[in-house]
Amino acid sequence: MVEWDKITYKIGDVEVTMGAVLPSDGSAANTKTGGWKSMRPVTDHEKCTACGMCWTFCPEACIHPREEDGKFQADYDYCKGCGICPQVCPVKCIEMVPEEK
Amino acid sequence: MKELIEASHAIAEAVKVVKPDVIAAYPITPQTHIVERLSDFVADGDLKTEYVNVESEFSALSACLGASATGVRSYTATASQGLSLMDEVLYIVSGMRLPICMTIVNRALSAPISIWNDHQDSMTARDAGWIQLYGETAQEGYDLTVMQFKMSEDHRVLLPSMMCIDGFTLSHVYEPVCTLTDEQVRDFLPAYKPLHAVLDPDDPLTQGPIGFPSHFMEFRRTQELAMRESLKVIEEVYNDFNKRFPMEIPDSRPEKYAHLEQYHIEDAEVILVAMGSVCGTIKDAIDEQRAKGVKVGLVKIITHRPFPFEALRASLKNAQKVAIIEKAISPGLGGPVFGEIASALYDKEDRPELRNFIVGLGGRDVRLNHVEKIIEMTKTGEGNKEEWMF
Repeated sequence: MVEWDKITYKIGDVEVTMGAVLPSDGSAANTKTGGWKSMRPVTDHEKCTACGMCWTFCPEACIHPREEDGKFQADYDYCKGCGICPQVCPVKCIEMVPEEK
Repeated sequence: MKELIEASHAIAEAVKVVKPDVIAAYPITPQTHIVERLSDFVADGDLKTEYVNVESEFSALSACLGASATGVRSYTATASQGLSLMDEVLYIVSGMRLPICMTIVNRALSAPISIWNDHQDSMTARDAGWIQLYGETAQEGYDLTVMQFKMSEDHRVLLPSMMCIDGFTLSHVYEPVCTLTDEQVRDFLPAYKPLHAVLDPDDPLTQGPIGFPSHFMEFRRTQELAMRESLKVIEEVYNDFNKRFPMEIPDSRPEKYAHLEQYHIEDAEVILVAMGSVCGTIKDAIDEQRAKGVKVGLVKIITHRPFPFEALRASLKNAQKVAIIEKAISPGLGGPVFGEIASALYDKEDRPELRNFIVGLGGRDVRLNHVEKIIEMTKTGEGNKEEWMF
């Protein structure tokens, strides 16, 4: 058990910990990093065969099977738009689309 | 126990009594004898540790990083290009505040290829946030190896450390060494208890996260403060060691370990500053000069990072002429240690004249006549501020 009070320092108004350790697992999930992308993968679920290639190759591990049909969908809160999934999709059902508001 | 032993093997013996949980290393001349002997110990059942054979020095330090992040004691050793290959990981280890201990067997950096000694390798790593100690003799190599674990693992410190010895001129030399027993070391150096970096499946934590601009500078500040404050802890470790283990073999080590070893400096008109095995030759030269009535002394740097500003200023307080003798060069600037000492003395009103002598690069012998010449030139002021002693 880490005793957090012993490894937390205050420099001015900023709190930091020794070695920058953080008091939780899964802290990456708390920080939404999907805002960096300039292109987003859009999947045509009609064509998707649920083979899982995109899920296997996604470097962010942010592609998940949908509850209703097990077909795959990227979580845009974390997707960086790297473009690997359309490359590995055997049925070419993923298209990279410019991120526009 | 006293034994006649190669300095590399003395360091392997020290690591054996310290009993790291994980050793990951890759052989490189002139460090090979250390890790080779450690693997013998493991194969013979004399040392119980996870000995990881890796494919490069980058992997060696990365494996130690992973091991240390789970909360166990880990050790590696390298030299020269091996240390260069570790460079990226050096900064990650110190930033994560992992108390990994490493031996550097100092060797020149290519090109041209040189397997021989100078200090260029560890000098380039002086800004990596590691404690750096330099040993002169096999006994010092042994003792400082045991001590570095106690320094690094202290909860007030938690910084990695490099203990540096000179390749070949020390690493491959047989000298009498007084070794310690398991019991003595167990008492001096208790088991490592992690404070912040530990693998506990029931209480998971994140290590090595991203540091945004909002926190990075404050984070670096804590690292710098830890390094500055470690000076006091390092001194405590020297004192504790001195008390428990007095010198048994004359001249095998300083009578009392300290950041700096002082040799005949009380009345010295010329003080030489150096580190590593060359100090043996320098002491011989000083003995000869003293016999002729020349007042000359030596300040040997043992603790190089954190830099012992106060101790250095105190040692040089009466000095008029100081020569910094070093085995490394920052091309376009000069000797790196020269610059450090000049900065330590700059705001002293009666600061001494400083000279910089570059010696022994790529294994070039540094002989008595080199040191005699350095003393003479420093005394008379002959030559340039920076001189290369070929």
